[in-house]
Amino acid sequence: MRPAGERLAEGGLAASALASSLVTVAILLFLLVMGLPLLRGGLILQLLGGGWQPDQGQYGIAPMLAGTLLIAPLGLLIALPLCLGVSALVTVLGQNAVSTFIRGFVRFMTGIPTVVYGFVGVFLLVPLVRELFGHGSGMCVLSAALLLAVLISPTMILFFTEAFAGVPESYRRAVDALGGTRVQALVYVILPQAWRGVLSGTIMGMGRAFGDTMIALMIAGNAARVPDSLLDPARTLTSHIALIKAADYESLEFKSIFACGLVLYLITAVLAVAVRGLARDKGAVR
Amino acid sequence: MKSRSMAVGLWIVMALSLVAAAGCVDADGGTGEERPVASAGGGTVGEEAGDAQAAPAAGAINIAGGTAHIPVMTEVQKRFAATHPAVKISVAGGGSGVGIKQVGEGLVEIGNSGRTPTDEEIETYGLVLHRWAVDGVAVVVHPDNPVGDLSAEQLVRIFAGEITDWQAVGGPAHAIDVYTRDEESGTRKVFVDKALGKGAITGGANVVVSNGAMKSAVAQDPYSIGYVSVGHIDETVGPVALDGVAPTLENVKSGVYPVARGLYSLTKGEPQGVVAEFIAYLYTAEGQEIITAAGFIPVSE
Repeated sequence: MRPAGERLAEGGLAASALASSLVTVAILLFLLVMGLPLLRGGLILQLLGGGWQPDQGQYGIAPMLAGTLLIAPLGLLIALPLCLGVSALVTVLGQNAVSTFIRGFVRFMTGIPTVVYGFVGVFLLVPLVRELFGHGSGMCVLSAALLLAVLISPTMILFFTEAFAGVPESYRRAVDALGGTRVQALVYVILPQAWRGVLSGTIMGMGRAFGDTMIALMIAGNAARVPDSLLDPARTLTSHIALIKAADYESLEFKSIFACGLVLYLITAVLAVAVRGLARDKGAVR
Repeated sequence: MKSRSMAVGLWIVMALSLVAAAGCVDADGGTGEERPVASAGGGTVGEEAGDAQAAPAAGAINIAGGTAHIPVMTEVQKRFAATHPAVKISVAGGGSGVGIKQVGEGLVEIGNSGRTPTDEEIETYGLVLHRWAVDGVAVVVHPDNPVGDLSAEQLVRIFAGEITDWQAVGGPAHAIDVYTRDEESGTRKVFVDKALGKGAITGGANVVVSNGAMKSAVAQDPYSIGYVSVGHIDETVGPVALDGVAPTLENVKSGVYPVARGLYSLTKGEPQGVVAEFIAYLYTAEGQEIITAAGFIPVSE
């Protein structure tokens, strides 16, 4: 018989776990209920495929979908090699003092509010991109993706370093015994062993990249048009939701926000389930 | 093993909620009554507004909406707080559309608007209009840009995306970066109606969310063109004359500069208690001084 206090604590923890998962479900429920008129009338397809011109009664979210699908994956593409490199340096290749410093710094970076990155981006990155490429205002897909890469890197690096560190020490010793270098250990042993952790971290970073609002809102330029190039301004689903504030609740303009919310929810849900799917196998490093 | 059952559980829960959602809607035959708490612009005011409604004498004034109004609002807030220490005042932006909507829904006590609310809005919400200043909307460029005068036609074509290089209007040989405001903006509405003759704004324009953000965006970008409240013009941006008429306070006052508008504070019904006092303050000598200092033309009651 376990003491009553322990059971009480367990019950409390279970209740809070249940409550937080119910909130997640409630959000989906809310989005679906609010968005149902769209799903029913087939309006959703029109919204997903159409452009955004409120003056002409067009409330499509296609440009925003394009903006999100461009900026988030591009940010990830920039961040991925960077994070792999930093993680390798910290766990496998680096000196102890250097790796401790970088590790601490990365942890510190996870705590920096997004708006600070956005602000720095407006004053440093945007003018740089504008002058460097001489095209447009500098508020563009590229600037937003670069800054997003900075934003998601700390999370990814923490995941990667954990995955690398989770590779059994004996494997590395085996490489040493065979006369392999550290780089060889990384490329032929550690990376193949830790790939699940790397994938999980990447998907986590991707989720953050898709969900971020502030950086896109401040840096991407918010033009509601499908960008022709990486130097064109674009608007993401998240910043679109932030920009359309208090229209008539019955209007199509307002309902289109729920289409944005649903699409975002689905993207994040699929990513979350994918992480769980990858992590469930025994031996996976998380 | 454990996480597999969790994943399965997650899917089951999601599927269940789908079913529940469908059933729920069928049961009450519609979801018209669902009212989400209004977001972004005035997100901070929700809870307090509820309290204030229950007991207006308790002394909370929540203000949201027009961003041109903000400098005046915060200054009045400061002075007002000195004489009314018990009154809690919060000032948020969001744009004129947000101001009208939130005061109409009873989420805030005062909604600011930089455009005249439509008859429909006034009627539906029972809005009372308090116009306390006249303001202009000025075209602005980077201060280093030599272009200081544009014809109405040039302006329309620049914002429509037909003229895309500064060289075409006597500026440097460089593409024009057009900046505009979001659709909630009263400044945008006035600018489109009166300066562009309801002309279109190119979809390639950068969108910023307040007069302040517009000013800093234009000040940052040497090839920019945008528009701000005349009250917001300072040395960081270069005002552009329209058909030879400069957007100065004098020209707005005399009516020579056509792109002008009233600045309104709106209440739902006649204002009561501290809210009435706050609005009355705008029309006192001290209030009018603040309005003048902010770069607007005060209007007496």
